[in-house]
Amino acid sequence: MQWYWIPEYAPRFIDGVIVTLQLLGISVVLGMLLAIPIGLVQVTGPRWLAIPARMFCTLIRGTPLLIQLWLLYYGLGSLFPMIPEIRESFLWPILRDAFPYAVLAFTLSVAGYEGEVMRGAFRGVPKGELEAARAFGMGRFTLLRRIWLPRALQNVLPTLAGEFVLTLKSTPLAATITVFDVYGVGSIVRQETYRVYEPLLFVAAIYVCLTAVIVVFFRWLERRVPRPA
Amino acid sequence: MGEMFANWHHLSFSGDGWGWNLLRGLSSTVQIAAGAYLLGLTIGLLGALGKINGSRLTQWLLEVYTTLIRAVPELVLILLLYYAGTGLINELLELMGYQPVDISGLVAGIAVLGIVQGAYATEVIRGAMLAVPRGQVEAAQAFGMSGWKVLLRIILPAMLPFALPGLSNLWLIVTKDTALLAVVGFSELAMTTRQAAGATRAYFMFFAVAAGIYLALTLVSNQVFRLLEKRVRRGQPDVN
Repeated sequence: MQWYWIPEYAPRFIDGVIVTLQLLGISVVLGMLLAIPIGLVQVTGPRWLAIPARMFCTLIRGTPLLIQLWLLYYGLGSLFPMIPEIRESFLWPILRDAFPYAVLAFTLSVAGYEGEVMRGAFRGVPKGELEAARAFGMGRFTLLRRIWLPRALQNVLPTLAGEFVLTLKSTPLAATITVFDVYGVGSIVRQETYRVYEPLLFVAAIYVCLTAVIVVFFRWLERRVPRPA
Repeated sequence: MGEMFANWHHLSFSGDGWGWNLLRGLSSTVQIAAGAYLLGLTIGLLGALGKINGSRLTQWLLEVYTTLIRAVPELVLILLLYYAGTGLINELLELMGYQPVDISGLVAGIAVLGIVQGAYATEVIRGAMLAVPRGQVEAAQAFGMSGWKVLLRIILPAMLPFALPGLSNLWLIVTKDTALLAVVGFSELAMTTRQAAGATRAYFMFFAVAAGIYLALTLVSNQVFRLLEKRVRRGQPDVN
């Protein structure tokens, strides 16, 4: 085992960690913003919203993330240059870069998986609490904001922690579309130093640390949220 | 523009169509997934027994195994196990005076994904075994059943209803994880699709078709597991 390359590549690994965290952070936040309505309409929404939401979750959960990523990046990405309006628009520099495609793919993935989790979470809130809120004269949105959503999130916080760890562990897939996250930097080191195991072990150790950070953060969050007995 | 979406002749089973290639890719994917799943179940069963009944050392080793595997990205694990595993086997062979062998992608893929699955299966099966009421096991022992018989006749059938939802999830995960083997160059469905897309430039269509095939696999599996669950739950009162 030889580790002489670590100091040389340390700055690039730091950049890689930042890219990984950005990818994870943005897609988790945007994904959850989508997952909440996707879960909600499946519980109370009209059929014309519930059915597409259900189909979206099935589609995302039933196909490999790698294929989704490639479909967006290579598939959509190869269609855009053929439309002159897009080539000349201000969006072009963004659409040429791989990172936004990765963010889109991971956001949709989080939305699909967590939409399913939120569906169960909304359903799991006792009816009596919602009826009590209605009896207090709360409107639909106040009820959602003050009772239904907080109670649903509270119940699935441990599940979400596990799900976000899974999302973190899938972020290396972005390296297959030329995003240089931690894993991508590790691949560069492997190519340049001809070392096979050490860079992979080092990358694995970084992911274990990042996983630990997520787990500890959610434990802290769970303690802050008051739990009914 | 329209032809980028629907160049259906690329999918044909004759001439220079990619139909057979995709079908072969699908067949590899299903074989690897099935092999890895069975290996994972075997490891999971042994691991669960070890975690519940094993010595302190066994329990600790299994804890390290399940924790590490579940904290490291599958992609990294696949590369590590793939290179380390094939390298190790060839070194052993050379030490024993044999020629190094080319380990088939199929076997390597099954082994690598099986080891990953095993960690998750250990936890699923352990939880299900602990959910079997203690009294049932004690009753079996009181009847004079040996440990082996208690396992086969009581614990395994009684834990299946608890384990099956988790196990069906693991099957769905492994079918999709086979796509990761494309990264080590193994030609299962994802890799074949990528080659087809690159050769024909019909990227969108091929990846959409591949997504459709994986989705069909998932939906069929869902139905099978639904039937299985009904079977292992026979005689149990409806929960809902």
